[in-house]
Amino acid sequence: MLKRTESLAFHTSARGMWQSSAYLLLAAFICLPFFDMELAHTEPGAELAKMGQGLLHMNFAIEGLFNALFQTLAFALQSVLTSALLGFVLALAWHWPGVRQLMTCLRSIHELFWALILIQIFGLSALTGVLALTIPYSATFARVFAEILQETPKHGYFQLKGAHFSRFVYSTLPRAWPRLITYSRYRLECALRASVMLGFIGLPTLGFHLEGFLKLGHYAEVSAIVLLFVLLALSLQWWTRRMFLSILFFSSVIFYPPLPAADIAGFQHLSLQFFQDIVPAPIREYGWQVFEIESWLRLADWFLPLWHAQILSGTAYTLVLGQLALLFSALLGLLWFPMISMNLTSSSWMRRSGFLFLVVLRCLPEILLAFIALIFLGPSLLPGVLAVGLHNGALLAHLVGHYSNEFQLRSDCHTGLSRYFYEVLPRVYAQFLAFALYRGEVILRETAVLGILGIPTLGFYIDSAFEEFRFDRAALLILITMIINVAAEYLALSLRRRIKLGARA
Amino acid sequence: MFKLRNKDLCYGDSCVLRGISFDIQPGEVVALVGESGCGKSTLLSYLRELKSTEVAWCPQIAGLVPVLSVFHNIYAGTLDQHSFIYNLSNLIWPKSRELLKLEKLAIKLGLQDVFRVSIDQLSGGQQQRVNIARAMSQDKAIFLGDEPVSSLDEFQGLHILQAITEKYSTCVFALHDLELALGCCQRVIGIAEQRIVFDVKTDHINEAQLAVIYSHHPGFRNSKSEYAEKN
Repeated sequence: MLKRTESLAFHTSARGMWQSSAYLLLAAFICLPFFDMELAHTEPGAELAKMGQGLLHMNFAIEGLFNALFQTLAFALQSVLTSALLGFVLALAWHWPGVRQLMTCLRSIHELFWALILIQIFGLSALTGVLALTIPYSATFARVFAEILQETPKHGYFQLKGAHFSRFVYSTLPRAWPRLITYSRYRLECALRASVMLGFIGLPTLGFHLEGFLKLGHYAEVSAIVLLFVLLALSLQWWTRRMFLSILFFSSVIFYPPLPAADIAGFQHLSLQFFQDIVPAPIREYGWQVFEIESWLRLADWFLPLWHAQILSGTAYTLVLGQLALLFSALLGLLWFPMISMNLTSSSWMRRSGFLFLVVLRCLPEILLAFIALIFLGPSLLPGVLAVGLHNGALLAHLVGHYSNEFQLRSDCHTGLSRYFYEVLPRVYAQFLAFALYRGEVILRETAVLGILGIPTLGFYIDSAFEEFRFDRAALLILITMIINVAAEYLALSLRRRIKLGARA
Repeated sequence: MFKLRNKDLCYGDSCVLRGISFDIQPGEVVALVGESGCGKSTLLSYLRELKSTEVAWCPQIAGLVPVLSVFHNIYAGTLDQHSFIYNLSNLIWPKSRELLKLEKLAIKLGLQDVFRVSIDQLSGGQQQRVNIARAMSQDKAIFLGDEPVSSLDEFQGLHILQAITEKYSTCVFALHDLELALGCCQRVIGIAEQRIVFDVKTDHINEAQLAVIYSHHPGFRNSKSEYAEKN
């Protein structure tokens, strides 16, 4: 009897979920030996005391602070409204494979890399900032809107007569509308963060001031800027009311118009120059003949050192950092979601304070968290894992917590940790995995970018290449981040199919 | 076991039951009968609240965990008997001791073939039996079941109810099926129009009493005539 019991296998739906998690864990463990825990010999005590002092004595008297705040808002508003419209049109054309593939490519290049490219053409201008957000966001909106429209029940559509578009406008669109709006709000929050990030490469947003004061160790100003930003992000649902939003948008266009730095002639010249510069140096200088061995050798001379010194290690660093950050944020998500779950936390004020904690943590830009962690820990993988993990962990906890409020448990359910593991976790786990896999794609994009702070991911080499005006190298490296991200997206998609869930986060 | 005197059961201002009085002695198997919505579930939940630590509870809405196996769902009833570490390790690597113990229960309820299958792959009737098994895994003095066999056929339902009464000497079932109530209970409490209309031993029940509670019920004609034929 005992033998029989042990030899029999379980056939549960939980199986696929466990297997997918096991793959993710395994991947993280393979990454672990590469994880350099070497910490720089800083004195965190003194720095922490300074930071605490700064937090207590916030200083809002910063020159150009409000200008930077409005510029941050202007970039976010202009780009999100434009890209929501573009994304909507593209979502209607989503059935064309060409559109889908193009959008996947555009989306897989991070906002910050777009900005680095566009700066070469439009200079450090408002147009650069707006376009850098608009290009990838249009692609993201297109994908998400297309998914939402697909998931919207179609029966109303088939009952109506008339042209395709008017049937769509009278049936599918009104049903999908609330979800489209909710997602656009979320995207606006992302755009605010990205807009701050653009300041770190020189555009005049809050991030520009943040970087300056962080480098100088002026934490009184840093905490003032962070507080201002958090308030802006937290009050988002109030200032996105229809009337107020349109006033904000039009005044942003009037006072912060998205214009390039140079005139048209200068811009034509610069873009021509840029497109010449991204051609690999040996081809640019000596020309290109397919059947000439010399051409190939010269190209190999250019490519191989780059491959050894930058591409291999940068890619490995990006992947390792991404995988560990994903694991860390997944663990934090599982640890934190009970704070806002009605099934696990009965006191409403505890849930509310948990909610506030998660929202504040989630609206802090990762680049800021990474910068602070770098000050304490020195340039290793650890600050990157911490920064990306904290942000995404808070986001995951938020999503899973909300999901866990959708079901009710039995009244004779036991309490404490056993309730968590036997009742709540198995119910939310599939959804949690789907959310985590989607975050995984985003995390990989973010880890590459953290390189601009000095962590040697691909972004580090891209940033250096731009600084040295070696645009051919930069273009190749950006292409590689694109390939990695597209590959990661397909991998995540196949894992999501495995657990039979589509989800957006 | 239970002693109710002139009790009103209300949700806020609206009362479901008024002036309820009865005693239930240890060793009694009692059925609460009445049309759906008459307050059986409310009364049963109230009884559970009175003795929550002594009750094996089988609610109408099972609330089983869909992705976990039948074994784990039954085991969930016994979590408070073990330490947290034991529970957690049993979730990941099922213990053969628990498997053996609960498989006996599963066999009794006809669940042996799906013992290691997850709930989302089971039929409604199978899920209902898992719900009963979860309640029966608890070694308590009293069994309270709210429509425990409503998705099973009459023969199977009776068989399962008998299995429950074998283990628990004191049981209270809310049942809409009169045949079942008469088949396995010693005493029937009829509820209609917010009060108890009769409370009799099964062998003393008469047609007039049944007519009161099932007067609006479309199936009443049949069950009444069948009952008359049997006697």
